[in-house]
This record gives sequence, structure tokens and C-alpha cells, in this order.
Amino acid sequence: MMGHTAFILASYGASFVVLAGLIGWIFMDQRIQRQALQELESRGVRRRSETKADSAS
Amino acid sequence: MSDAVSKTGRWIDLANPTRFLSLAGAILPWLGGLTALVLAIGFWLSMQAPDDYQQGATVKIMFIHVPFAWLSMMCYTIMTIAALGTLVWRHPLADVSAKAAAPIGAVFTALALITGSLWGKPMWGTWWVWDARLTSVFVLFLMYLGIIALTRAMDDPAKSAKATAILTLVGFINIPIIKFSVDWWNTLHQPASVLRMGGSTIDPSLLWPLLVMAVGFTLLFFTMHIMAMRNEIWRRRVIAMRRVAARSAERRPMTQEGGQ
Repeated sequence: MMGHTAFILASYGASFVVLAGLIGWIFMDQRIQRQALQELESRGVRRRSETKADSAS
Repeated sequence: MSDAVSKTGRWIDLANPTRFLSLAGAILPWLGGLTALVLAIGFWLSMQAPDDYQQGATVKIMFIHVPFAWLSMMCYTIMTIAALGTLVWRHPLADVSAKAAAPIGAVFTALALITGSLWGKPMWGTWWVWDARLTSVFVLFLMYLGIIALTRAMDDPAKSAKATAILTLVGFINIPIIKFSVDWWNTLHQPASVLRMGGSTIDPSLLWPLLVMAVGFTLLFFTMHIMAMRNEIWRRRVIAMRRVAARSAERRPMTQEGGQ
């Protein structure tokens, strides 16, 4: 039965690594978008729905 | 627009992206904490669980393999409902939901395949067979990849939303095929043993850890899905704001000399 331990560890290990990667990717994306929004807002850019300046397209 | 929102009542308020963002901000810390707690309990229960009389310790792989497989199908079902939301109500949040869910679903499907393979080798004597269950799940994985590619293929989210929704709806045919593949065809994979007529065939000592892990991973799915949806809403706002900025930059050089 000891031979099976490797398979169990590999399953849990792979799941942990892959899920950690996915969570990390989501957090990285979150940081990128938050920074971009802050940068745009600090430049005084507003969304169309907030300014109602342009009704084209 | 504001008229429509006030007339259609409360549930559509939740589907307002700005409302969604504030709701997500309030819910996520709690949901994330609950996810970590339930997964920690589930992991502890899994480690305490006795070995199966036939499968020995490899039954521990079940505690993650089965939730991953469930979630791979649940995620696709959510995307199908979102696809209906896109096609019928043309709600932008439905497309955001589908686009955000696809990579998460692909990861859970990949993990179901990987852990299944690592369970199959010691128990079946093979990493992989092209039988009905395994093949249909592999097809689901390819569907996810196709949908991910399509959601990112076009610049205009409104255009890709419709194409993605149609592809998702057509692909839903695979979900009942996966579910019933073990009954319809001869496969190495065992038939349903948890949710079945006449009750579960799994001993409670193994069933409880499995259920707690399933709840934990489901919570993890929703935490990641809400976070990814929020990212996607922000991404679309950034794109919209850059467009506004680019337009006003185009106008400015007319009044300011030498401007770029």
C-alpha cells in the first residue's frame, strides 16, 4: 500500500499547485485592473455613463 | 435605462454592474474566509478518513477528484444559464459571468482529469482509457478551451458575447452525456454512487469528508468566480475609460497647438 502514497501526494500536490496558480492569477489581474482604474481616475478620465458627454456608438 | 431598472424590481438591481461591485466587495472577505475554513475542515476529515477495504489509501484521491468533477459540470451549467441571460435578456453581466467562469471551469476539469489519471493508474492499472466517461470529460475540457479562446478573440465584448453564448448552449449537450455515460456505455469508471436512487453506496466515514470537501470547493469556485467577474467589470471599465481618454486626446490638439 506504500506505493500508493506517491499517487495520493501527487494528486493533492498537483491540485494545490494548480489552484494556487489560478488564485494567484485572479489576484494579479485584480491588481492590474485596480491600478489601471486608479491611474485613469487620477488623470480625470470618467466613464461615458458618468459624464454623459458623448452619445455616439 | 434608469427607468427600466426601477421598473423591473430588485433582482435585476443585483445585475447592475455597479451594484454587483459593491455587493462583491461586501461578500468576498466572508466568502473567502468561509471557503478557507470549510476546506481546512474537509482536508482534516479527509486525512482522518479510514482506508477503503478495496482501494486502500487511494480512496483519499476521491475527496478531491469527485468535487473537481462535480464542479467542472456545475461551472458549465452556470455558463449555460449565463448564455441564456446573454441571448434572451442581453444582459452584459451575464456575459461577464460566462467569461469569468470559463477559465475556472477549465482548471477544475483539468484537475478532475489529472487526479482521475493518478487514481486510475494504481486502481485500474492504466493512466487513461478512451471510454465514454473519460472521453466526454476530455471533450468538456476542450469545450472550455474553445470558449476561453472565443471570449478573447474579439475586441468588442458585445460581439464575442453572442458567439460564446451560442457555442456554450450547443456544448451543453455534453453535460447529460457525461452524467449518464457510466450508465449508457460500458466504462471502466464506476456508476454514480453518491447521488443515486436508493441512497448513497458510500460508507458515512468516507461520505462525510467527501461532502465537506465538495462544499468547500464549491465555495472556492464562487469566491473565485465573483472575484473574476469583478476583475472583468473593471477591465471593461478601463477599456471604456481609455477610449474616452483617447477621444478627448484626439480633440485636444485642435485647440492646443503642438499637442501630440
